Amino acid sequence: MQDLGISVLFRGVNFQRLLLGLWVTLRIALITIGISIVLGLLFGIVMMSRSRAARSVCRVWLEIVRFMPQLVLLYLVYFGFARLFGWNLDGEASAVLVFSFWGTAEMGDLFRGALTSIPRHQRESAAALGLTRAQINRYILLPQTVRRLLPQVINLSTRIIKTTALVKMINVTEVLKVGQQIIGQFYREPSAAFWVYAAVFLLYFLICWPISLLAGSLERRYHE
Amino acid sequence: MDWEFIGSHIPDYAAGAWVTLRFGLCGVGCAMALGLICCLLRYFRVPVLKGAARGYIELARNTPLLVQLFFLYAGLPRVGIRLSAEACAVIGLTFLGGAYMAEAFRSGLESVEKSQREAGECLGLTRWQNIRYILLPQALATAVPALFANVIFLIKETSMFSVLAMMDLMNVADTLRTSGGRTVEVLFMLAAAYLALLLPVSLLANLAERRLRYAGFGNQRSV
Repeated sequence: MQDLGISVLFRGVNFQRLLLGLWVTLRIALITIGISIVLGLLFGIVMMSRSRAARSVCRVWLEIVRFMPQLVLLYLVYFGFARLFGWNLDGEASAVLVFSFWGTAEMGDLFRGALTSIPRHQRESAAALGLTRAQINRYILLPQTVRRLLPQVINLSTRIIKTTALVKMINVTEVLKVGQQIIGQFYREPSAAFWVYAAVFLLYFLICWPISLLAGSLERRYHE
Repeated sequence: MDWEFIGSHIPDYAAGAWVTLRFGLCGVGCAMALGLICCLLRYFRVPVLKGAARGYIELARNTPLLVQLFFLYAGLPRVGIRLSAEACAVIGLTFLGGAYMAEAFRSGLESVEKSQREAGECLGLTRWQNIRYILLPQALATAVPALFANVIFLIKETSMFSVLAMMDLMNVADTLRTSGGRTVEVLFMLAAAYLALLLPVSLLANLAERRLRYAGFGNQRSV
């Protein structure tokens, strides 16, 4: 029976459909990661600014995304904004908005952490050696920041990719939803559901695992 | 904002919060135990099992909980393994959380100087005594922030239990939203409920972090 079930995956264009569904989540994730890195850099800079008010806004923003499950935020935007402001965002737009809101704060905190973790004497010794400000940034601070930052940013990116699985809950037809459509179509195959969900599980793993391995190896290399 | 509506539905949310909390804490507890076991298997390089632990950690950390839950709840019954929604919830959360907890414990253990372990062995402590009295106390102190971050993360992840048809906070809110049309109030209460659940955890985390900050050997970390 089970070897019949697995064939559902490869019947017709089923597998291509799953991959297309996966692409929908990946697209959302990639856009989100791009926005989060750019805005996160700004966020990190604002978090270190002298203005107490600006810092508090960032603090509250960060606490909100830390406390609220992403699913709740998705519901707030997808269902709530339509009621509150009359914005009828579609699922994908809501997802990008919510995940960027979350990603920006998390990235910003990583940037802040990396920048403040560099001891002050690094800048001071460089200045004592007669390096210009630009040279200090380029040769002393930037390389050290990037080393600390890169593994963490990559790890956060895999978290963002995994979190995009949630968009199924706001009616985006992504890989899980496509999988359920296939299961519905092949309801005669009793074990179809098992194989389809196993395939989705594996697809996510195959996307995220290499990225995690990369982060791990970078971390080890920079640690030495 | 319709305060009367909000007042009249507080009991529903309280019931939902209880489900979220109960199964969340259950999962968190099991995840910590599983994480500690996996971490020790790897730390002491137990043959075969250390590989299994590594494989499990990679698998659990690189897949979304939502997919894991669907697999457990809707996939497994088709090959003859039937689990109740509650069992799926706890197993799913433990599976995901165990890997994150293992990593938190590992970073704690790695921060303990190797000389500590060797000194313990020289003093004639058995392996278990070494773990219990030398390694774990120091490792835990370092791992506390990461462990609490994981607790908060896992309790947030319980919002996905609604796909298992469990009446957790998320599902309570979703049911009210689709039946009443008071979307704004319903979602406001949902956000407030999660805040009420997680704020104490976060305060506890801050407290624990402050109390344990100087527990490291020789106070090296405070510099």
